[in-house]
Order: sequence, then structure tokens, then C-alpha cells
Amino acid sequence: MADLETTVVKAINAALAQAMRDDERVIVLGEDVAQGGPYQATAGLAGEFGTERVRNTPISEGAVCGVAIGAAQAGLRPVVEIMFIDFITLALDQLVNHAAKAHFMSGGQLSVPLVLRTQGGAGGRAGAQHSQSLEAWLAHVPGLKVVMPSSAADAAGLLASAIADPNPVVFVENKSLYFRREPALTTLEPLALGRANRLRSGRDVTMVALSRMVGEALVAAERLADEGFAAEVIDPRTLVPLDLEPIVASVQQTRRAVIAHEAVRVGGFGAELAARLQAAAFDYLEAPIQRVGAPFTPVPLSPALEDAYRPGSEEIYQAAHAALEWDGREELAIRQPRRG
Amino acid sequence: MPRTTRTGPAKSPELDHPTTLALLATMWRIRCFEERVARLSRSLLVHGLIHLSIGGEGVAAAVCRQLRDDDAVYSGHRAHGHALAKGAPMDRVMSELMGRSDGLCRGLGGSMHLVDREHGLLGATGVVGGNLPLAAGDALAAKLRGTDQVTVVFFGDGAVQGGYFHETVNLAALWELPLIFVCENNGFAEFTPRAAHTKVERVCDVVAPYDFERRTVDGSDVPALWSAFGEYLARARAADGSGRGGGRGPYLLECLTHRLRGHYEGDPQAYREALAEADWARLDPLARLQTDARRRGWLGEDEVRSIEEAARAEVEAAVRFARASPPAEPDATAGLVYARVGTQS
Repeated sequence: MADLETTVVKAINAALAQAMRDDERVIVLGEDVAQGGPYQATAGLAGEFGTERVRNTPISEGAVCGVAIGAAQAGLRPVVEIMFIDFITLALDQLVNHAAKAHFMSGGQLSVPLVLRTQGGAGGRAGAQHSQSLEAWLAHVPGLKVVMPSSAADAAGLLASAIADPNPVVFVENKSLYFRREPALTTLEPLALGRANRLRSGRDVTMVALSRMVGEALVAAERLADEGFAAEVIDPRTLVPLDLEPIVASVQQTRRAVIAHEAVRVGGFGAELAARLQAAAFDYLEAPIQRVGAPFTPVPLSPALEDAYRPGSEEIYQAAHAALEWDGREELAIRQPRRG
Repeated sequence: MPRTTRTGPAKSPELDHPTTLALLATMWRIRCFEERVARLSRSLLVHGLIHLSIGGEGVAAAVCRQLRDDDAVYSGHRAHGHALAKGAPMDRVMSELMGRSDGLCRGLGGSMHLVDREHGLLGATGVVGGNLPLAAGDALAAKLRGTDQVTVVFFGDGAVQGGYFHETVNLAALWELPLIFVCENNGFAEFTPRAAHTKVERVCDVVAPYDFERRTVDGSDVPALWSAFGEYLARARAADGSGRGGGRGPYLLECLTHRLRGHYEGDPQAYREALAEADWARLDPLARLQTDARRRGWLGEDEVRSIEEAARAEVEAAVRFARASPPAEPDATAGLVYARVGTQS
């Protein structure tokens, strides 16, 4: 009998296996991938497909990312794993200067059908170099696509699309979501990139949440519902391409927006979203767009400090209240420019 | 020093009469192209940072002439010669340098980013050393497919002090990739001599612990380049001699060249002495091969002149073609950021 439950890690594993069965151009490479990796996302693949196609690499993120790009330009469909997004720093030259620009600079002669899988997020008591959320850097680079799944089903479907895509796609998972129990997958069919997902409907406030914060937003929405407020929760699922239209449409209805991500708030993707939202729905807004994100500090190790650092449903709930109870006149008085 | 072979001795190919003439023609084409580009650069008709390869034509010609179109070449910022030798049409290279719509890359790449997929020039990069892992990835694809394609990556000695070189050499050796590293060691990393960057004079010595085949050759000695590269190529293509593919490597050919011009066009070159005429005659691969061919009776004075004239005529025709080509289309940029979903790579 089929399992009734799955996890994000199992869903990713299943999507990878399916892609490798369907297309012999798909290869997987990265540190320890033949042994499954630290989260077992690639477990069993080497057994089914061999260690030529499921290829362990040395700890050389820059060159390994370059190898994957070169193999993609030669027609393979590599899925390269960077174990922690923190180490994507070592591969950024290849990703930004080579993968993202090859199609453009070659006048369309080259394409880079590459997926770079990685995972980020705090909460693992892993300290400041294994806990970051750096997706905003990637979304800033024309030529890259950026995906952040929030559930097992989305992870499987989006990964299938990412592998089939002729462009470099950075697939950013969140380690906190890996082992959460979720309903078993009903399909491994591709889920198109660039389609936002509305998880909850409501007329009072729109919550746009990324990755782990989607679940947190749903918790906050439940609390608000107990108080009589109906929150709409939307997961963009992909930062690039961004499906802005349903988000704008929602905000035009609710007139209030909260944007939530785990990354540092300053310069985070929420800033881009807020800017685009206010440009598209300025006349509809009853309150400033609220942004939830981490404070402007590295991730601390100490559990108490890390828990305080990491934004969650409480922060989203508070931000929603701030939007719902916004009193423009009072704030305006505070914001008078200082003279002299 | 040539090392003992791992796969049995392969015959070093000798440079014959017709090939010598063909190489001379390629080298003249590159020489005349580069000289013309230098002038166009001063009159701002070609754009951006221009790095010329005068003095390195022998390496480009001797290596690329032996490759097939389906053997990929990766190059760096000094790529004009490699592109022309690999078969890229000169008029479209010139157009690319001028940012015109008939350029190889529709005017979006420029001098440092030449790509000609049809002829196997899979990419030049402006990031020193950034091409090394890309080439290894290409070789990995050939290996996984079981074809007999061989990948060549050109790089300067300046790339050797970077992390990419060491990471890629390690991977290529570990995975025995059908990849030939061709280092053009011109003694200068940008503006400073090699001795200011490293204690290791020869690039061959840098890779010694990996124990793959490597050789330092005089990059102005075209017959020596031809046979050294040809031997590595034959062995990389089919390590078991069956000709059925499954090539193996890597190999490193370190070519000692002289960069006649500065790092880029406009470089005042305050860091080095002007070269005496007599020294250049000794270092110029074109003059040397020509003298050699004359001595063998393969080339008369008339033929020398006609090869040079043909090259100059082709360059002028390329300049006319490029000048007549419209500037890159304004709508090209937005349409080329992403490959369309559903397209094959």
C-alpha cells in the first residue's frame, strides 16, 4: 500500500528519480550526493542510476558549479547541489557571470538548462554560516530563475519544471521544512514556474509569504480568524519569474498587505515586492505595506537568541494587526520632516 | 620533460607542406585582424576592452586546426585568434567587436565573450579562469555520452594563481576527463611579470603532483606545437586506441609565448621595456614558420605575399561588412535574458 504521508525531502528525492528515469541527460552532482547527502535528498539515486550520473564531487563549489554549467551548455541537464546556501557565495561567479549571462551574451546560441539545488534558513542551531536566507541576491540577477517551495507537493512539481527549463534555476529549499509530515504526493507532474498559489482566501488583509513563512502565515491567519479578521495567504512559489497579478488583485480587494520572509528584512525580496505592489495598487492601500523579516544581524547560535531572531507566525500576526489598525493621521504627525 | 606514457606511445604528427601553408594563412589572418582591430580601437569603432593576441597566433592555429567542429574550445578575454582559428567567420567576429546585429552574438557579447556554437567555440569569458570549469563540464558531458570529443581550454598563466585552476585540475585529473589544458604563458599576468605573482615559474610544475601528461613547449615554434598538441589530442580522443570514444585525459600543454602588445589596447606598458627588433624576429611565430617553410622550399616570395595579401583583403572586407551591419537591435536585449521554455538546448 502506498504511503499516506511524505516529506519535502522524499518529494524532492522522488522528483529527481523520476526526472532521471525520464531523461538520461539528467545528472546529479554535488558533495556526498551518491551517499544521499546530509538530508538524504539524493538517497538511493546512485543505486538506481550509478555513480557516473549521481556524481560525488570534492568540496569545490566554484568549479563544480562551473562544471555543471559547462555540461548544461553541452546539452546535459545537470542538477547540482550546494549543501548550504551559505556556500553559494563560492559559486556566485559561475552562477552570476557565466550561467546567468551565457544565453544573452551568446546572442541566444547557448542555453544553460541547469538546476542548482540548495537549502537555507535558520532554526538548526547551526550558527551564522549555515543558516542564512540569501535568495534576494539571486533574484537580483537577470538570467537566473529562483524557486522557493513551501510544501512537498510544490517541491516535487516545481523541481520537475526546473529540470525541464532551458534556463539556470536556483531551487532554494528550507531545512526546517524537510521532515515535516505532509500528505502523500498524488502526482509528480510538473508545476509551472511563475504561478502563485493562493492557500487561503480572505477579504481583510493579504499575506504574501515565502518558503517556511507560508506555514507561519497560515497559523497567523487562523489566529486572526478567531478574532474575526479574514486573511488571504498567497505563496508566490517562484521569485523569478514572479506572478504579481494575483497578489495585486488580492491587495486591491483587501487594501492591506503583509509580506513575510525569513531573510533579513533590509534589502530582502520583500522590499522588491512591496515596491511593485505599491506601484500597482497605490490607490487601494489603506495602510503601508508591512514587511516581516529577520533583524539586520547575522544568525546567532544560542537557541534562545536564534528563536528570538527567527521570524514566525507571531511577527506576521503583529504585522497584520499593524496593517489592520493603521491610523494614518497619528503616523503622519510623527513623520513630519525635522526642521533646521 | 615528456613523461612516460600511460596508454602507449602515440606517434607525434609531423607538420607537412599543405598544413604549413594552411597554418600560415590562419596566422596571417589573425595577425592582420588584430592589427586592424588595434587601429579600429583607437578610432573607437570597436568597443570595450580589447586584448590582442599578436605573438600567440601559432598556438591558436596549431591547436584549432587539429580539432573538429564538435570538439569544444573555451577561451578567455584574449580570444580573437582562437575564434578565427576555430572557424568563426571573420566578418561576423568583426561585427561582434563593433556591436553590430550581424555579430556572432548579435552584438551582445563583444570582444571578450565570443561564441560560435556551430564551429565549437563554446565560449570566451572575461573572468580570468572562469572558463576552466566550464570546459571540464563540457568534457564530462562527452565522457558520459561516450563520444570521442575532446575539449580544449585556453588560458593564460595569470589564471594559474586562481582557485578555479586548482579546483578544475583536481576534478579533471580525478575524473580523467578528455580535456586538454592549453596554457599560453606569456610571462605577464595583466601588467606584472609572473615572478611577482608566484614562486613557481612553470605551469607544468604547478600540476606535477596530479601526475598527468604535461609539457612545456616554445609557443613560437609552430612545428613543435603541432606535434605536441597532436599527440595529446590523439590520446585524449581514444585512450584505448579503438577509436570508439571514451577518451581520457587530462593533458596540459604549456606554451611559452610573447605578448607583443600591452594587456589591453591603450595600455601604456610602463612596466616593461620595448622589445628590440631582433628579439621580436626570434619570438614571432609567424616569421619563424615562414622562414622555416622557405628553407624547406615550401614557400616562395610570391606565395608569402599572396598569403598576406589575401589575409589583408579578408580583413578589409570584414570591416566593410561590419560597418554596413546595423547596430544591435534594441529589442534583442529583453528577448534574450531567458531561453524560451520548451526550447531544446
